[in-house]
Amino acid sequence: MDMSALTSRKFVVSGLLILILFAFLVTLPLSFPGYTIVLFSTIFMYVILTLGWVMFSGPTGYISLATAAFFGVGVYTSAIIGIALPLPLVIAIGGAASFCLALLVGALTLRLRGTYFIMFTFGLVELILHFVLWWEVTITGTTGRMVPTVGNTTVYYLMLILFVFLLLTAYLIKRSRRGLALQSIGEYEDAAAHTGVNVTMVKVTTFAISAFFMGAAGAIMATRWTYIDPKIAFNPLLSFMPVVMAIFGGMGQLYGPVIGAALLTYLEQFLITRFPYYYMLIFGIIMLVVILYLPEGLAGLIQKLWQRTFGRKHEVT
Amino acid sequence: MIKILDIVIAGLLMGGIYALVAVGLSLQYGVARVLNVAHGEFIMLGAFITWSLYTLAGINPLVSLVICGPTVFIIGFILYRTVFTRLRTMSASPAAFEGNSMLACFSLLFIIQNVAILIWGAELKGYSYLPFAVNIAGAKFAANRLVTLGFALAIGVIFYLFLARTRLGKAIRAAAQDAGTAGLVGVNINHVLALCFGFGALMAGLAGTLLSMSYEIQPAMGLEYTVIALVVIVLGGLGSIPGSFIGGFILGLVGSIVIYIEPGLALVAYYVIFIVLLLVKPQGILGK
Repeated sequence: MDMSALTSRKFVVSGLLILILFAFLVTLPLSFPGYTIVLFSTIFMYVILTLGWVMFSGPTGYISLATAAFFGVGVYTSAIIGIALPLPLVIAIGGAASFCLALLVGALTLRLRGTYFIMFTFGLVELILHFVLWWEVTITGTTGRMVPTVGNTTVYYLMLILFVFLLLTAYLIKRSRRGLALQSIGEYEDAAAHTGVNVTMVKVTTFAISAFFMGAAGAIMATRWTYIDPKIAFNPLLSFMPVVMAIFGGMGQLYGPVIGAALLTYLEQFLITRFPYYYMLIFGIIMLVVILYLPEGLAGLIQKLWQRTFGRKHEVT
Repeated sequence: MIKILDIVIAGLLMGGIYALVAVGLSLQYGVARVLNVAHGEFIMLGAFITWSLYTLAGINPLVSLVICGPTVFIIGFILYRTVFTRLRTMSASPAAFEGNSMLACFSLLFIIQNVAILIWGAELKGYSYLPFAVNIAGAKFAANRLVTLGFALAIGVIFYLFLARTRLGKAIRAAAQDAGTAGLVGVNINHVLALCFGFGALMAGLAGTLLSMSYEIQPAMGLEYTVIALVVIVLGGLGSIPGSFIGGFILGLVGSIVIYIEPGLALVAYYVIFIVLLLVKPQGILGK
């Protein structure tokens, strides 16, 4: 990325935009009704899952469908230890549990490439889901658990804080040696290994860091749902949605997945309330159209429009 | 002794269906390079068309085989010629095509499932066909399951002969090895790949018809069969038809043993096999 006068002006503009956005987000619960706060918490959930997913899968090209597993581990952590411990600690433990699971999974599987990796991560979610289901039905005898609630505004602020942390982490990783290493793994893994990148190490740790945020988000969301069972916590849809949202938003820039997740979540909520019977149909069609006609996502579209209006070459980092 | 025979035959009966379900997916992934996660939805379509024909028009499910198969084939063929051909020309690399086409299949999954719910409703449905029991060496089995196994085997053999003996079969095998080179030596590659995808859907449709004779059906049933098919093709080796059958029967046997010990753990056992296999021998038992 070149550091010319143009980029510094761009920094000022985008910095101002981000400040305004965060001022709006921080004061939002003061001036909007409960419904909006709940909607924004859901949006944050998907934004965190999507951004976390992009952090690892974006540059490396490894499509992980294990998001639901990491999220669900967080949800269950919250359900099991939520009563005994203070919430921030619960969230940290939920994230840490997912982090450890991801380390284990990563160490086992990241030697798998392409479709085998996708299938493995998908199988993992289903394995955990059915195992927990069986465990609850036959060993403990009850399906589902209650989680103590903390109120919508608290959930909102917790999600906002987690989102800020994730955004900073994602930005720092993208701009660091690790980010470059991930990029080179995505372009040509063997070459990356030959130029001295510790390929397995970089992949596994980044995978685990992204899982931490997914688990923490799960631990927070559990307190909003109050009742959870394996089918809610390990819902495979939570693995697919971040992928669609990331592609819809475009993975080249960090704002892509954020915009993609926010817009699609809003659309999803809108469709569920307005067209409950056609929601999956409409969503599927939108997804198909995006894959077919918008492979670069919204971020790609925005850059194209930017170029057309300002006529300058806008370098993709 | 009777108990063991019981478990083995029950496993083979299940395995026949698993094999048929997997052959279609194996063809779609092995040749057309589409990891069709909506495979189960084609099974569901076959099952529901059969159900409608039987309950509304009184048409024998075995006759429905001739109706369902071609219907689902046409849907699959058209889908490949429109959606997947576009994705194939658009994608930068074969790996990118695999990722994109899998995502497109997820969207098809949503679309087909939702359409089925709109048409047939979300409840469980079933009908009874040949429900009487047949005695095999002292153990009793439902006649419809035996018919299912017989047809599954017959369809598998016919399809294997088609691939091994006909000119089109040869073209398909060539495309499976190297689509680009097959195109260079005069195979109309877009046509052959679309046919393969169609044949895969056809297999799913036939499996759906056979399934509906002995199991209850509902619009959300697809994903479970897709996953089973994935496990079977990983077990038997991607793109191998005998492999799919061997894998199907192995999985059926494992399933029936696990169900005998602890009924709730059958799916868990499948996933454990799947995950261990991917780690230890991802090319499958018949793979090189």
